Amino acid sequence: MNSSQLLSVTTFIYGVAAFLYLSAWVFKKEGPGRVATWTTLAAVVCNIAGFLLRWVESYQLGIGHAPLSNLYESLTFFSWTIAVLYLVVERKYRNRVIGAFVLPLAFLAMAYASLSPNISDRIQPLIPALKSNWLIAHVIACFIGYAAFAVAFGTSLMYLLRSKPSAAEESLLNRLPDPPVLEELTYQMVVFGFLFLSAGIITGAVWANSAWGRYWGWDPKETWSLITWFVYATLLHARLMRGWGGRRIAYLSVIGFAAVLFTYFGVNLLPGLHSYGAMGS
Amino acid sequence: MNRLWKFFISVKLTVVVLLSLAATSIIGTLIPQNEPAEAYRQAFGDFFYRLFDVLDIFDMYHSWWFRLLVAMLAVNIVACSIERLSSTWKILFPRVPPFRMGKIRKTDNQQAFNSPTPPPRLLESFRRHVGRGFRYLRVEEEDSGYRILAERRRWTRAGVYVVHTSVVLLLAGGLIGSFFGFEGYVNIPEGEATDTIRLRNSDQMIRLPFAIRCDDFDVSFYPSGAPKEFRSSLTLLQDGKPLLSKDIIVNDPLRHAGINIFQSSYGRMPGERMQQATRPPPESITLQLTSTETGMAYEETVEMGQTFELPEGAGTFQFKEYQPAATFMGQNIGEALIGHLTPAEGKPSDVLLPLRFANFDKMRRGRIVISVVDVQPEASDTNLATPPRQRWYTGLQVTSDPGVWVVYLGFVLMLTGCFITFFLSHQQIVVEVVPKEEGSRVTVYGVANRNRIGYRRRIEAISGSLSGIADTLESGGSP
Ligand code: HEM
Repeated sequence: MNSSQLLSVTTFIYGVAAFLYLSAWVFKKEGPGRVATWTTLAAVVCNIAGFLLRWVESYQLGIGHAPLSNLYESLTFFSWTIAVLYLVVERKYRNRVIGAFVLPLAFLAMAYASLSPNISDRIQPLIPALKSNWLIAHVIACFIGYAAFAVAFGTSLMYLLRSKPSAAEESLLNRLPDPPVLEELTYQMVVFGFLFLSAGIITGAVWANSAWGRYWGWDPKETWSLITWFVYATLLHARLMRGWGGRRIAYLSVIGFAAVLFTYFGVNLLPGLHSYGAMGS
Repeated sequence: MNRLWKFFISVKLTVVVLLSLAATSIIGTLIPQNEPAEAYRQAFGDFFYRLFDVLDIFDMYHSWWFRLLVAMLAVNIVACSIERLSSTWKILFPRVPPFRMGKIRKTDNQQAFNSPTPPPRLLESFRRHVGRGFRYLRVEEEDSGYRILAERRRWTRAGVYVVHTSVVLLLAGGLIGSFFGFEGYVNIPEGEATDTIRLRNSDQMIRLPFAIRCDDFDVSFYPSGAPKEFRSSLTLLQDGKPLLSKDIIVNDPLRHAGINIFQSSYGRMPGERMQQATRPPPESITLQLTSTETGMAYEETVEMGQTFELPEGAGTFQFKEYQPAATFMGQNIGEALIGHLTPAEGKPSDVLLPLRFANFDKMRRGRIVISVVDVQPEASDTNLATPPRQRWYTGLQVTSDPGVWVVYLGFVLMLTGCFITFFLSHQQIVVEVVPKEEGSRVTVYGVANRNRIGYRRRIEAISGSLSGIADTLESGGSP
């Protein structure tokens, strides 16, 4: 089995885990929940095995490098960090409902990597600019940050659902953790993510400075990561303002995660200025 | 004055400024920055072109209004820190660390147990145990019992100031760089030297205190045709005499006298005769196809009229025609090839590839950047017996930024400050022992400014050990 196949299997296991967490929540059953935890653990093991195997394969191809160099590889790492972080949270807070909101994200990221026709899973050689240890630190830090924001996004959604006035009566919603717990958890995840996003932006800047002689150039990807950072810095300070209740913080966390997604996927979609259609000669 | 001060110290302003920075920064990612005026005029029409131009939208990150927002952020941070300076000082360096029992008694992080041992016999062992985990400790006698007061990591409350200082340093470093630094480019053919470079985003040339000579340039490729490494052997010259030599590659620059020289691109010199455009129409061309998504570069040789698949499923490309004197926006740009691009998604279009400008196609902002690296046959009057040696030029980026160390210090402080603020906490513990019947009643309280869940576990653990110690004392042993 090669790494791509192993990672496809991983996608499937994440899907099963997400499904089990959702059923445990909806049908209020302990059983599927416990299986879900073990399934997630299996997926995490498979995921990291695929990652390491890919690393080995790149050396066998004679172009050895850490598998963090393109969209496919970073997405597989992203899923892995989401799942690991989630397992830590589950252990600490002893609550599996959160999994119903977080594991689908890990599954979607992997499924997108495996199935999207635009994403190639070929192992490619590194172009000269990417040969830098700062780059590896940069990618790892960014994705740990993004994974924390993904978990915060899940808990913020739960908060928004749970803090509706009618939530206490709806049995599906009142099984979510209490709003103060969700609020605290969101904050913890944002704080964790903020540290790693800062580290990601900083290592990226140091890398840019060693490759091109400037640490900041306002290119769209850089700028979007800074926008994301501004949004989460806003969130941290908004907490200090009286009158800013949990819902507004939750909305900021959702906006922040949207900015994360845009930084990651959206930047490639930005319109160019030059359309050549009408060019005469 | 007072109201102005109040305005500048409010966290509300922080939230507004940070959100405005986030929102306005988006503009510059939607509208490409620092392109030629003509391109903007064509894209937006005359009216919007002028409007955007007045608002500095085309170079917005250096516009007065964006700088004003950044300045507001800086003033806000500084004002806020000054305002809280004295109270922070008192918190950080108290003469006697205060323990507010009124508040501490209300915490829900407390544990209690009874022991048959009277309070005085517990004191020494308890003090020793608590003192192991907490640096500061004192005992207050009260009524018939006593309290052991201890704390640690009070200094972590300064973490936020480290973070805020780091933001100020980043801005200051950026400012120093923009006043006293420069960033420019130069292309140097193999064997030649120059001491003038062109500044980025302007036509201005500046002269360096030394000349750069490119002694040799080499590029190696992967089997796929993508470049693997490019390397320039450079020598710096002062008054014609060599100062130092070094081979540079991407990610390993040459630094001298505060000036940094980076390998940034390369290309082939247009054959000297090619510019006369006396060639016959080319029969085949070699294209370099660089993916903007993966950064990969591929080479492809095609014949006139031939269609081929672009890499990474980006669509197809047909080499349509050759023009000896093409025009672009009214300018004669010399020889050019016209291709027909049918992207995987979107409308097909014609693509212009001037031979003289290798990076021209970057402007299209397509998924694949196409550039012509070779044309066969060579220009018509080439003597086939002695084909001209293919000459390379090295593309260097030359920068100087005296502010970079301030920025790097800011980076270090930012990460340290965030770590301290988020993951370490100021923790206080109070062990209150009062007599009860024959023995004592022990209550352990804990307050921390962060990570309360973790601290609760710690207090539970400490309370457990204290209870164990009390038990051993009771049974006559020594703990
Ligand atoms: C980009 C700029 C800024 C960054 C990165 C930043 C970062 C931080 C961080 C990480 C915290 C800790 C948050 C927490 O404990 O949850 C914080 C707290 C705080 N910030 Fe900022 N900040 C910035 C700008 C400002 C500005 C302009 C002000 C001006 C009023 C300000 C005032 C405060 C205050 C009052 C606190 C709470 C301090 C405390 O808990 O004692 N910040 N900031």
